[in-house]
Amino acid sequence: MKTRVFVSLKASVFDPQGRTIVEALQSMGYGSVSDVRQGKYFEVDVDTESADEARSLVSEVSDKLLANPVIESYRVEVDE
Amino acid sequence: MKFAIIEFPGSNCDHDAYHAAKHVLGQQAAFVWHKDAGLGGADAVVLPGGFSYGDYLRTGAIARFSPVMESVREFAAEGGPVIGICNGFQVLLEAGLLEGALLCNRRLKFLCQHVHVRVEQTDTPFTGAAQIGQVLSLPIAHGEGSYHAPPETLEALEANRQVIFRYCSEEGGLQDAANPNGSLAAVAGICNPERNVVGLMPHPERACESALGSEDGRVVLESVVAAVAA
Repeated sequence: MKTRVFVSLKASVFDPQGRTIVEALQSMGYGSVSDVRQGKYFEVDVDTESADEARSLVSEVSDKLLANPVIESYRVEVDE
Repeated sequence: MKFAIIEFPGSNCDHDAYHAAKHVLGQQAAFVWHKDAGLGGADAVVLPGGFSYGDYLRTGAIARFSPVMESVREFAAEGGPVIGICNGFQVLLEAGLLEGALLCNRRLKFLCQHVHVRVEQTDTPFTGAAQIGQVLSLPIAHGEGSYHAPPETLEALEANRQVIFRYCSEEGGLQDAANPNGSLAAVAGICNPERNVVGLMPHPERACESALGSEDGRVVLESVVAAVAA
């Protein structure tokens, strides 16, 4: 089963990379770009029977390894 | 006394720590490979600086699952002195042995320079020989050293006097210009509630001889030698 995990810094955490990107875009003339948050994207293939099982497994590995809950949050997508 | 210096793939300050412990302080020191279980009867554990696992995923994130970390966790739980320097600090945070996290430096630059650090607390095995308010000149070399913790965590750290080192000016002032990486509350190093586990971004082990520009780091290692002897 194919799943995707999107990890990003929590809104309360300053993201200097995102800040630098948004400043670059604005200096390129994209004044309507008001914010950028940089994150990480994982494609995780799992051998499970159901989408629910896949979601729960991938959430578990996200909590344990893919994301640091002190500074990051994540979202899981599963192909149904 | 005997220092155990943990080596992860990508550690690169392991020999600095070994040299400082063995040749400068004249103590026993041994490397412990990250796949080993057990710490060889060490009295203190050093998690050295470097780039464990190439900093893949997040700094320290993969090293925390190395087999040796189970021994480090047990050693710490029994009250044994553990110090994480730079990448070692990052590993201790990821392992949950210390609280908070380290983010990219605020100006996104890898910083390799000497900084001043103020000793905030002396009731830890790594600061017992120092004075409160003592200013140390220590090198830093990191890209991800901006200390972050949620407000309630920082509040608890301050209330329990767990902030051990802060970035400061040469005179010991806490102005923003003296904070190289944008760390919250100028935090350069902290300890756990039991005070036996300490992590810091600056490198005391690289500042133990005048030929290296500073001897100020010796007090950190001398403190633990005294603590173990006591």
